[in-house]
Amino acid sequence: MPNRAKPETMPADEGRAAATPPAPADPSTPGRAPAGSAPAANAPAGADPAAGDVSRQGATTAPDPVRRAGAAGAAPIRRGNTLLRHLLIAVGLGVVVVIATYQIEPFRNYQLATIGVYLCVLPGLILLTGFNGQISLGHGALMAAGAYPVALTQNALGGDAQWHLLVSVLAGVVTATVLGAVVGVAAARLHGPYLAGATLAVAASVPAVTTTFDGVFGGDAGLSFALAPAPSSLGVYFPFERWQAWLALLGAAITMLLLANLVRSRFGRTLRAVRDDEVAAALAGIHVGRVRVLAFVVSAAGAGLGGALFAVLAQSVSPGAYGLTLSLNLMLAIVLGGLGGLRGALWGAIALVALQPLADWATRSFEFSADVQQRLEGTLPLAVFGVALIVVMTTAPGGVDGLVARATRRLRRSR
Amino acid sequence: MFRFARRGVAVAAALALAASVAACSEDSPSGNGASVPGVTDTTILVGTHQPLTGRAAAGYSKISAATKAYFEYVNANGGVHGRKIEYKIVDDAYNPAKTQEVVRQLVLQDKVFAVLNGLGTPTHGGVLDFLKTNKVPDLFVSSGSALFNQPTKYPNTFGFNVDYVTESKVLANYVKKTFPGKKVCFFGQNDDFGDDALKGVETVLGSVAAKQNYVPTNTNVAPQVGALKAAGCQVNVLATITPFTALTLGTAAKLGYRAQWVGSSVGGDFVGLSALLGKAAPLLLEGYVTSGYLPSPLDEANPWTKLFKDVNAEYNGNTTFEVNTMFGMAVGYTFVQALQAAGKDLTRESLMAAIEKGGFEGPSLVPMRYSKDDHSGFSGTQISVIKGGKQALVDTPYVTDTGSGPVEPYTEGAATPPAKGIPSD
Amino acid sequence: MDRFVFLTLDGLSKGAVYAAFALALVLIWRGTRVVNFAQGAMSVATVYVAYSVSDATGSYWLGFAAALVSAALLGAVIELVVARRVHDAPPLNAIVVAIGLVLLLQAVLGMIYTNEYLAFPAPFSETALTAGGLTLLSPYDLFVFAVVAGLLVLLTLLFTRTPVGLRMRASAFAPEVSRLLGVDVALMRTLGWVLAAMVGSLAGLLVIPTELGLHPTAMDDIFVAAFTAAVVGGLDSPAGAVVGGLVVGVLLSYVGGYVRSDATPLAVLALLVVVLLVRPGGLFAVPQARRV
Repeated sequence: MPNRAKPETMPADEGRAAATPPAPADPSTPGRAPAGSAPAANAPAGADPAAGDVSRQGATTAPDPVRRAGAAGAAPIRRGNTLLRHLLIAVGLGVVVVIATYQIEPFRNYQLATIGVYLCVLPGLILLTGFNGQISLGHGALMAAGAYPVALTQNALGGDAQWHLLVSVLAGVVTATVLGAVVGVAAARLHGPYLAGATLAVAASVPAVTTTFDGVFGGDAGLSFALAPAPSSLGVYFPFERWQAWLALLGAAITMLLLANLVRSRFGRTLRAVRDDEVAAALAGIHVGRVRVLAFVVSAAGAGLGGALFAVLAQSVSPGAYGLTLSLNLMLAIVLGGLGGLRGALWGAIALVALQPLADWATRSFEFSADVQQRLEGTLPLAVFGVALIVVMTTAPGGVDGLVARATRRLRRSR
Repeated sequence: MFRFARRGVAVAAALALAASVAACSEDSPSGNGASVPGVTDTTILVGTHQPLTGRAAAGYSKISAATKAYFEYVNANGGVHGRKIEYKIVDDAYNPAKTQEVVRQLVLQDKVFAVLNGLGTPTHGGVLDFLKTNKVPDLFVSSGSALFNQPTKYPNTFGFNVDYVTESKVLANYVKKTFPGKKVCFFGQNDDFGDDALKGVETVLGSVAAKQNYVPTNTNVAPQVGALKAAGCQVNVLATITPFTALTLGTAAKLGYRAQWVGSSVGGDFVGLSALLGKAAPLLLEGYVTSGYLPSPLDEANPWTKLFKDVNAEYNGNTTFEVNTMFGMAVGYTFVQALQAAGKDLTRESLMAAIEKGGFEGPSLVPMRYSKDDHSGFSGTQISVIKGGKQALVDTPYVTDTGSGPVEPYTEGAATPPAKGIPSD
Repeated sequence: MDRFVFLTLDGLSKGAVYAAFALALVLIWRGTRVVNFAQGAMSVATVYVAYSVSDATGSYWLGFAAALVSAALLGAVIELVVARRVHDAPPLNAIVVAIGLVLLLQAVLGMIYTNEYLAFPAPFSETALTAGGLTLLSPYDLFVFAVVAGLLVLLTLLFTRTPVGLRMRASAFAPEVSRLLGVDVALMRTLGWVLAAMVGSLAGLLVIPTELGLHPTAMDDIFVAAFTAAVVGGLDSPAGAVVGGLVVGVLLSYVGGYVRSDATPLAVLALLVVVLLVRPGGLFAVPQARRV
């Protein structure tokens, strides 16, 4: 199958595309025996009419029974140009958000900026895990690979001009992408817990790299760097937190735009094909290893951008901020948000920023004696957080996105 | 397609209108300049970030509770210039990313007057720029790193702990006097704590015979201790945190390696070490040399110990009174001193000016260095030795600088606590 | 040469503990196809039980027994209340639940015992024996080896020679068919968790005396090393777990001793990459399918 370049700039051809995914079973055609159990004689006759049936029924995609709960499914078919539609949504949302940043106070702007940072990383991670079925517990390391070049470049260039920041962020994205390619190639043949273990080891290596090469990376204490303040054309009293929010949300918008287009393109479909059945995908001519590596590379680019912006928010980098805790938090976020689609990234990002303060606030309202208070300080919010995770996972396995999908389905059915 | 375009144009028009409305709202300077954040006529709000959970919480989680207890004591006696001190303690689990969040929360949302006793070099180091930009007094950082003594770069940040170079110079000086001619080696943490301590040791003693390091994430120190044993080291200077001090002593015993151990006060917590070493503690700790710049929590005769123990009993739930409790109370005492000196007309500038004037006399055994050009805390320390299961201070306190200046005895004696243990105007 | 022998023996003794922990992970994997990220926290909780009981009674072995009993209980409770509900969900959900469990356990332990490091003693002397000037293993190290070897033998016998073991393996690999053949799959799963929890508790009891002390987060770093060991050996193979543990232990010792102590995570990563590039299912992996 010829490789098409730049799938995200192609107009969506979902009208024709419904026939391409090599779904092992096709229950949309009633009366047809499931492909897996069909005796050999029926199979050749079954293949062609199935494709024909689907296109006759008009571009409705069959739900894939092999697909496990929570995995991202085929996108609903929409008419019109995907890119234009997404651009308009992005611009519209962008304007709304910019207005919002004028209304809220600096701390909320900082929280919004943090959500923006996570919105750079999480969609890529959902693409990797939800759409392509690869578990990664090492994206904190990819964020670090995006963050440290920012610090190094800003320090090298001086950091007082706005364009320095652009160069630094680009350096971060490129570095993370390269590292993602390396990890992706090494992990291409791994599945399930073996992949999880390998990426976990990558995540655990970040502090080791920074202390082994502490001349460059500053060891445990990390590096700090200068940042140009918000441009004076925006106003002398323009809060720095609002500028940070704009930067982070710009990065998030670009990421979401690119990835939303990507998942609706042919590449998105090959991702899902590889996730659902590697052997079938290989038989259909998809180069499985290349697709898996590409998925890693795309998610690494997002993580690099997120990491670079994370460094901009903190104006410093240190290994403690990009350790195992971050990697596990990212994974928590996409599962809590829901792996069904890129929308889960939004819920996950909000969860990462809001859950800990919520747990803190919930526990602060209780009064205890000084002795008990000392024991509960810090530990009680953690216990609440842990219980919340367990409860949410056991009652809503599809994450928030799954809950929302169930709710909207019920609403639609009840009409 | 046309339907969509029509909708799109309508949406775009509405948003453009809204955008123009938003652009009209201009920013004004924050606050009206007349009110000081975190200060009212009756209260002062200060905040801190501490590792209350996680592997770094051992020991350190007691500090902020002790400081808070001292503030409650002062509040119960009328406060400072009629204002009561509220102390908001937030957990950052020693994760620099979390520190960024919670410090912004304290400054931007809770609008604290000052940040007090932020703990940790990597954690606090990351918020220095933010605190400087927002002109928040960043007082008495709980770390001995030189990072927090940069008056030109960070004029609002003040250290507290004796810095690692100064302390190790005093330790090395003791080794020079007490163990002349012995082979001296070094074992430290692989970060600026270990690097600064080594620098101090080598300034006084010259190059050490062997040096090894460790990282807190790798709890197998047998290779390093084995190397020290193989090199024939007779005196080992340690720059280790308490759990690793215990681990090192224990590992040496397991390898049948006897030596003289001299360690930083960072890892010299006698009560903590005894608890960690269990039944072997009296044997392994015999002769252990460390230092301290505050009175010993076990020294009942010292008036400061008695004062703080009473406060601890009444306002801190009578928890175990040990080195970290003493430290927390000393922090609280020093802060109250600074508030008193800043005067009734309390502003951030008046507070920092008051600290830079210096001259505070408190529970410490050595003077503090605060001045316009020096934002570091304690200027020296005193040696303590564990003998017969008891830890006791020996000799006099010594003071020195972070360069190649001499290590000199400080013979002026400690101050006595004021009436009721609350600093007066 | 001295140093080499010293580092090798030191590495083997640490590796034996990783092996024990990896065995627990392999057990749960074979029984339920889930990697139990909460294994470390569960082990630590049972060691705290041992600590309290030993403290109260003055006997190490009573505490030891109490730990194993509490581990069995903890494993059963977690399986019945939590693991069962996420069994049919995507594997990531189980990991998230496990992380929630870790947070909860560590927080509760911090509340009860505070966040200080507590001393947990070893039942035998930890002073190394010497022979001809060479530092060898200590009696405690020999105890650890004996326990791990015994565990390996027992578990292999259990899974290959006993009816219960066979049922447990069947329930994991083919639950539908096993149910049809009269195996109580749910009970087997619970048994798997109970067994794994007890093995994990044993690993904790063995390793804590050599660590900084008893602390809610004491097993976190060991989890990473043990998970690596299990992956290197192959998650389906108990022998692989033991070999993997010893290899990881020795490697960390050499790197820490000859190179630098902070480079050990990089060595672990390199080991993983090398092994998994050659055999993506681990050293002792059984090939699942053949590419044609």
